[in-house]
Amino acid sequence: MKVISRPESQSRTGTASPAGEAATSISIALAGSGGSGVMTAGNLLLDAAAKAGLYGLMVRTSGPQIRGGEAAALLRLARRQTESLDDGFDLLLAIDWQNINRFADEIPMRASGVLVGDSDEGEPPEVFLEGGARFVSLPLKKIAKAIPGSWINMVALGVSGALAGIPAEALEEALRASWKRAETALQANLQALRAGIEAGAQIEGVPRMTIGAAGAAPAAPRWLLSGNEGTGFGAVRGGIRFVAAYPITPATEVLEWLAPALTKVGGTLLQAEDELASINMIVGASYGGVPSLTATAGPGLALMTEGIGLAVGAEVPVVVVDVMRGGPSTGIPAKSEQSDLSFAVSGLHGDAPRLVVAPTSIADCVATTQWAVELAETLQSPAIVLSDQFMGQSRAIVERPADPGFSAKRLVVEANAPDFKRYRDTPSGVSPMAIPGTPGVVYTADGLEKNEGGIPSSQARDHMTQLEKRQRKLAQYDYGRWWADIEGEGDAAIITFGSVTGVAREALSRLAARGVTVKLVALRLLAPALPEKLEQALEGVRRVLVVEQNHSAQLFRYLRAMYDLPGKPASFHRPGPLPMRPGELADVILEWRQQ
Amino acid sequence: MNDAVTLPETAEAAGPLTAKDYKSAYKPIWCPGCGDYSVLGAVTRAFALVQVRPENIAVVSGIGCSSRIPAYTSCYGFHGVHGRSLAAATGLKVARPDLTVLVAGGDGDGYSIGGNHFLHACRRNVDLTYIVMDNHVYGMTKGQPSPTTEPDWDSKLAPGGTGVRSFHPLVIALASGANFVARAFSGDPNGTAEIIAQAIRHPGFSFVEILSPCVTFRPEQRSWKEQARPSPVGPTGDAAQAARRLMTDDGFNIGVLYTGDRTPYPLGPRGTRRSIAELEAEFTL
Repeated sequence: MKVISRPESQSRTGTASPAGEAATSISIALAGSGGSGVMTAGNLLLDAAAKAGLYGLMVRTSGPQIRGGEAAALLRLARRQTESLDDGFDLLLAIDWQNINRFADEIPMRASGVLVGDSDEGEPPEVFLEGGARFVSLPLKKIAKAIPGSWINMVALGVSGALAGIPAEALEEALRASWKRAETALQANLQALRAGIEAGAQIEGVPRMTIGAAGAAPAAPRWLLSGNEGTGFGAVRGGIRFVAAYPITPATEVLEWLAPALTKVGGTLLQAEDELASINMIVGASYGGVPSLTATAGPGLALMTEGIGLAVGAEVPVVVVDVMRGGPSTGIPAKSEQSDLSFAVSGLHGDAPRLVVAPTSIADCVATTQWAVELAETLQSPAIVLSDQFMGQSRAIVERPADPGFSAKRLVVEANAPDFKRYRDTPSGVSPMAIPGTPGVVYTADGLEKNEGGIPSSQARDHMTQLEKRQRKLAQYDYGRWWADIEGEGDAAIITFGSVTGVAREALSRLAARGVTVKLVALRLLAPALPEKLEQALEGVRRVLVVEQNHSAQLFRYLRAMYDLPGKPASFHRPGPLPMRPGELADVILEWRQQ
Repeated sequence: MNDAVTLPETAEAAGPLTAKDYKSAYKPIWCPGCGDYSVLGAVTRAFALVQVRPENIAVVSGIGCSSRIPAYTSCYGFHGVHGRSLAAATGLKVARPDLTVLVAGGDGDGYSIGGNHFLHACRRNVDLTYIVMDNHVYGMTKGQPSPTTEPDWDSKLAPGGTGVRSFHPLVIALASGANFVARAFSGDPNGTAEIIAQAIRHPGFSFVEILSPCVTFRPEQRSWKEQARPSPVGPTGDAAQAARRLMTDDGFNIGVLYTGDRTPYPLGPRGTRRSIAELEAEFTL
């Protein structure tokens, strides 16, 4: 295996970042110990940026404590849509420095960057200043104290908003829109916000983003959402009407978004006692004819595998969302990693074909989950949606994605259909399903191997027929253009999946600006493998680099096993929890091309 | 309840149905003399007593000898994985409240591997009927001790006995919140049919423990027919009284022991119907 490693000489903030990048985006980290309200301030800053016509994203990061630990909101505000953090940060504003040094790797400061801290909290940790960033001390706490009833995080919001060049009106509007408490407290906090804006405006030397004179509101309608919310929405729009839920980080928001949403469209969410129950509940509900879904993370997916195998064998459509986090075992629950891929594509006992799809962006969580519902229902198969913590828990301003129109279309049998056989060996491999309540076509759904009529059978002939049927229905299906996002041209190609796609897009666009063209293939359909489709997509490509966020090159190994890749395929893989950076990836690609 | 898929409308029973109408053509795989034959008969009789059409009934099971029962009825069947029948049935019933759902299995399936689901099914109180054919042994794997096996029962897997006290499913069901608790005996199929029919009619989670001998691996259980007797007292609505009775009897009092009036888990859609476009509005800037 050819492995590309990160060049030793590389600076922490990457070398491939083009000059002028800072002018089109600004990166801001708001940090503080728990309860300091940095997440609220970060969300409001993103809301304000949205109102000002910008794009951007906010990534949440926190220590292991449930409450009260250190936390940081990592924002990137930009003129065009982006789903990648930048290589370095222009601003780190800390309400206090308690344990903030733990974020040193996650918040690499640019040489031109500025640290803003409270005058009463002392000096920032040296690690943030090493690269040349300078420190500005502001009396944040004193400003807030001078305005009775106001909060320090609103001062911080004002300072960071002013430094980012967000108009005061947008900041005030964002605060007003989110306010759910007493009017007097709102006035106090608006005052704190304005005081912060004033203090921030006096800091010199930060590359500010000047918003266009007219407010520069983009013509295209935009959405602000997290990947987990998008996954929930895609599920409901695809036709999911029953969800069984067992809470797990970082998938819980999918379930919490779905709980009220399902009620609104006549569906139900049920809290299960564990993941063994949740998977079997959705298999039971879907057997009853209602499109069903559950969402979990790696540990939950591991518990669910027997139930997913039942859905394969009994041919019951279900959708299982896995928002991947660091593993193995409990691993790193609140941080991203793409290390459940091998498990998702092969982690069932027996010969068990299944569908595995992965969204290629936060906005795409909607369409890909919606597609998963259609695929699962059409093919009467479990579909695993591999999301990840980075796209799941980050909020982004994106152009409103078009509705791809995918919906649950299950082949069902009419009442009293003559000679009904539930597991009939049809040419497509899909056989009509009887829904309980339909007279004259009763059958028993079974995890046991069976004959076409559904009667348990251990005969070789029946086993072969059913194995072939289950494999054929997935292999023969026409997945259309949705199997992958294919972008750009070139005789070299990057193959990736999941949230790394956003990083790859930015790395390739930076390289393109320097005249280096590389094709991008972001796989949306991971299983079944479609060797012919990839071969077509790679026509004229002489070499590929497989990029992923895990320690054992799971995508690379899977592709080597299932596909005939051109040239000498190379791999760039590294585990979480640190997100991949576009500059880092661009450097890797440049080095790879020189080899 | 659903605009995403078209579900069949369940029809009322057209005329009197008999136990025969609920039997399928398939011959059970059970050993001669197995108590489960009588339970199958009692189940089909119970269905005739409640007069719900076969296609409007789903029989859901896990893995084990008794869990083969769904395909022996003419109802919709779901033969899932070991220990998870209650979970599958809960999902089915909550998604399809119009169906009558009977869950069936054995002591290993329900009390060992499925123990956690048993507790939570009792607690959740979804309108299901759960029958456990208890023979105090794993029969399908040919004779290992189950949670209800006596501690001194000798077997290959536990020579000289497990030394572990046996599980009391009825008391646990009561403590966990089951809304209907009964003990039946396969040797009395008519009485068992009556109890199952009553369990189906009772709202919420109804639990029926059925002593059903395994004559192959526990031939001594043939004596159960001498031991089983109608309970000297009728059902109570007082859970503490029911628990006291259960803790002090010898395990062979047959009949309905407890009928509660807890509100069942709410089924069907709640809230007003809105469009998908309204859901989208929350993302729109």
